[in-house]
Amino acid sequence: MPRPGFVLEVDRSTPPVLMWHGEGYRLERLPADRSRVVYAPEPLAPLADPDEAIRRALLEPLGDSAPLPELLFAGMRLTIAFDDLSLPLPPMRRPDNRQRVIEAVLDLAAAAGVDDVVLIAALGLHRRMTDAELRHALGDRIFDAFSPSGRLRQHDAEGPEGLTYIGKTDHGEDVEVSRRVAESDLLVYVNINLVAMDGGHKSTSTGLMSYKSVRHHHNVRTLQHSRSLMDRPHSELHSSAWRIGRLLGQHVKVFQIETTLNNDAFPSNMAFLQKREWEWGVRDRASYLASSQGLSLLSPTARRNIFHSIKAPHQMTSVQAGEVEAVHTRTIANLHRQQVVDVEGQSDVVVFGLPHVGPYNVNSIMNPLLVMCMSLGYWFNMYIGKPLIRPGGVIIVSHPTPWAFHPVHHPSYIDFFEEVLSATTDPLEIEKTYEERFATDDWYRHLYRTSYAYHGVHPLYMWYWGAHALEYAGATIIVGGNRRAVRRMGFRPASTLADALEMAEDHVGRDPSVTYFHCPPVMLANVH
Amino acid sequence: MKALQVERSLARFAAARVASGWRPGAGGRYGPLALADIDPPEVPGPGWHLLFPRLSGICGSDLATVDGRSSRWFEPVVSFPFVPGHEVVADTDDGRRVVIEPVLGCEARGVTPPCLACSQGRRRHCENITGGHIAPGLQTGYCEDTGGGWSLALVAHESQLHDVPEALPDEAAVLVEPAACAVHAALTPVAGPTVQAAGSEVAAVVIGAGTLGLCTIAALARLRVGLGQVIAVAKHPHQRRLARQFGATSVVEPGEVRRAVRRSTGGWVHDNGQLSAGAPLVFDCVGSAASLADALAVTAPGGALVLAGMPGPLHVDLTPLWQREISLVGSYTYGPEALAGGRHSFEIAMQLAAELHFEQLLSATYHLDRSADAIAHAAEAGRRGAVKIAFDLRGEKKASIQAKDR
Repeated sequence: MPRPGFVLEVDRSTPPVLMWHGEGYRLERLPADRSRVVYAPEPLAPLADPDEAIRRALLEPLGDSAPLPELLFAGMRLTIAFDDLSLPLPPMRRPDNRQRVIEAVLDLAAAAGVDDVVLIAALGLHRRMTDAELRHALGDRIFDAFSPSGRLRQHDAEGPEGLTYIGKTDHGEDVEVSRRVAESDLLVYVNINLVAMDGGHKSTSTGLMSYKSVRHHHNVRTLQHSRSLMDRPHSELHSSAWRIGRLLGQHVKVFQIETTLNNDAFPSNMAFLQKREWEWGVRDRASYLASSQGLSLLSPTARRNIFHSIKAPHQMTSVQAGEVEAVHTRTIANLHRQQVVDVEGQSDVVVFGLPHVGPYNVNSIMNPLLVMCMSLGYWFNMYIGKPLIRPGGVIIVSHPTPWAFHPVHHPSYIDFFEEVLSATTDPLEIEKTYEERFATDDWYRHLYRTSYAYHGVHPLYMWYWGAHALEYAGATIIVGGNRRAVRRMGFRPASTLADALEMAEDHVGRDPSVTYFHCPPVMLANVH
Repeated sequence: MKALQVERSLARFAAARVASGWRPGAGGRYGPLALADIDPPEVPGPGWHLLFPRLSGICGSDLATVDGRSSRWFEPVVSFPFVPGHEVVADTDDGRRVVIEPVLGCEARGVTPPCLACSQGRRRHCENITGGHIAPGLQTGYCEDTGGGWSLALVAHESQLHDVPEALPDEAAVLVEPAACAVHAALTPVAGPTVQAAGSEVAAVVIGAGTLGLCTIAALARLRVGLGQVIAVAKHPHQRRLARQFGATSVVEPGEVRRAVRRSTGGWVHDNGQLSAGAPLVFDCVGSAASLADALAVTAPGGALVLAGMPGPLHVDLTPLWQREISLVGSYTYGPEALAGGRHSFEIAMQLAAELHFEQLLSATYHLDRSADAIAHAAEAGRRGAVKIAFDLRGEKKASIQAKDR
């Protein structure tokens, strides 16, 4: 029986705790008697027979939806969209959930005599996936059957010929979606719900729409009023996405299939990364010492290559299919079962150790903007109720934060970092002054459509993602980061965690209370 | 009288070159510049004045000379020994406070009739800078007979003098000469097809944010009609602050200029970092191989590149100049400005100095006997948070200096 997550009060006997630091990790000692560590629940047992569970979900849908076989008929246009490479993290071992689910859907489609089937990677404004990445997510059989004939596509949010304008929501939000989707008799959306932010109408209203639509929910106002991003009923971003998704649903029949994973994120030889430190055995200690010593001898590039080759042993814990909202409600309940940890009260300081990978640097570099997005955007928002820190509290982040960008994946990030952040770090000012130019730049548009670049506006979204935390927290201190890069973002650099905790006292007073959010594995703090 | 003098000494120039390779400005200690006790210069003839400098700036061309890095191009157009210093605010022997326009043209040299250039007001193009009744020298500060600003006295012709308004402090007036150079650069007439096609949206790039660069930014922002934006390249934080204050619409670090220009002017970046387009108007206010390479890289096809900073012998790939038909235009000193209705660069510079409080650009002053420190400071001005370094002669004893007629 997996143990639930819990909060450890740190005392003098508490051993040092493991803290991620990009492509590496450290053991850090926290101040006794005023610190606590939030540990994730242990991985839930996976579904015994995921393929059977998928089959049943398709045949016994939730909400107001017929079973999938009843929605399939010969001569129809069927589009199957699926989450892109930003999920799950780290990428999971084969077979990926998407492969299992899509194979099941295709079997039913074949049985119904459906010939016109197109697969679309729901990139939204993310970069295109490489063939290897697509093959990993979908499996060889699907890739080889669909890719050569052009029936495996990637959403293009910038190709006017490939988009259809549906209309406006009652809030004036434009709905412009992939033309193939708009002209389909049925859209089957296949999702992996790694965190509570994902799934539901957000899948389609982000992954399959154009900038004209996405901008309505990806903006400073919605992000500042999403409290949190992981708590849909209290998230303005989701409210907008829901309105857009509902309007889409009036034009296109959507059959949503959502899956959840357990938080078994690292292979057995790295099991110490998700164990509680006082339970480390000899093998765990040896693995920690050997790996941390070995990594310290390698170049950043070599370390990056090693970490990005990790495939997580995640396993499916649930699958649900049918009408979007009914499905998503069940999905979130299943996700909470794995991820929620109850936490009593807020602290003055929260500490995050960022790992090597986030949603936007799979097989890439976690550049400074992604460090900001991961810490102030994702980790800070991993709460229900209240943030882990009090208003005006301090966020401490451990990450090397190199002044380094992947030139192919993140070209507009470089410009954003050089130009925009040297002028202002105010999200509202950035949105007002720069968004349109970044969003409509021809070169970025070209690279997004034909190369492997994130959309021109994406770095601005990274900054918006942290807008709530920027407004809420008193300061952000980055431990062990490139000092110039850290300062460029308006944060304070510190050499060690001890220095950072001392610097935090400038903002929150002497002997502050500290919460260390021991993530990954991914969890969600339910702060009372 | 006390003066800093440059001797023609190959050994000293060689030592300066070696020393400055190790540390910029080291030529001030080991090079051809030395504090000397010399006679005041003789007044060469009618129309000449004896001047007593108040402040005298240290210019990039002075540093190149002192560090032994000046181009040999100048050899025939200077005369040794000379007292450097051409950025001068001084008192005249008839009680006026003036700044010097240092170019020594036909009128100062007593050459009649004047050459075509001088007769048209283009003294900077004078064909007689080695002729007339004074020794060769393209400017005051490089001529054996006139002396220079790094001393207690020098001589200057009436045609070289510009009265300083009473309200303008010495600390701002000493910046007028370099500012006039910047005004002249900023108002360089260029008529490339790209400049004309850009209409009112011309983007100008200014590379370098030392004195010349900052003043060029100020002049462009206020005087050049039809500029949509001014992108400044500044290395140091204080330079970036001043660049913005003087009118740059965006300020970037040197390694960021190519992407910054692409952002502002559109176009793409090719795989090797080359831009598909660029800025129609670019000013290189540094004059190094790196700055010129950057300038060429960001100049639009058919655009113009104004070389304002004094270069030396450089190794630069000129392929883009050829392939993109870029106009490379030199900008030297000053004169009546066609793009400003014929107003003289000095007159405009005087106005800029007052409006923008150029005294804020004067970062430190030294006495003559601390010349090595002054040169070292000037050579590392940017890194040390400074802009202009000058000698302050106001506290020096001048009672014994008398005008002598030749």
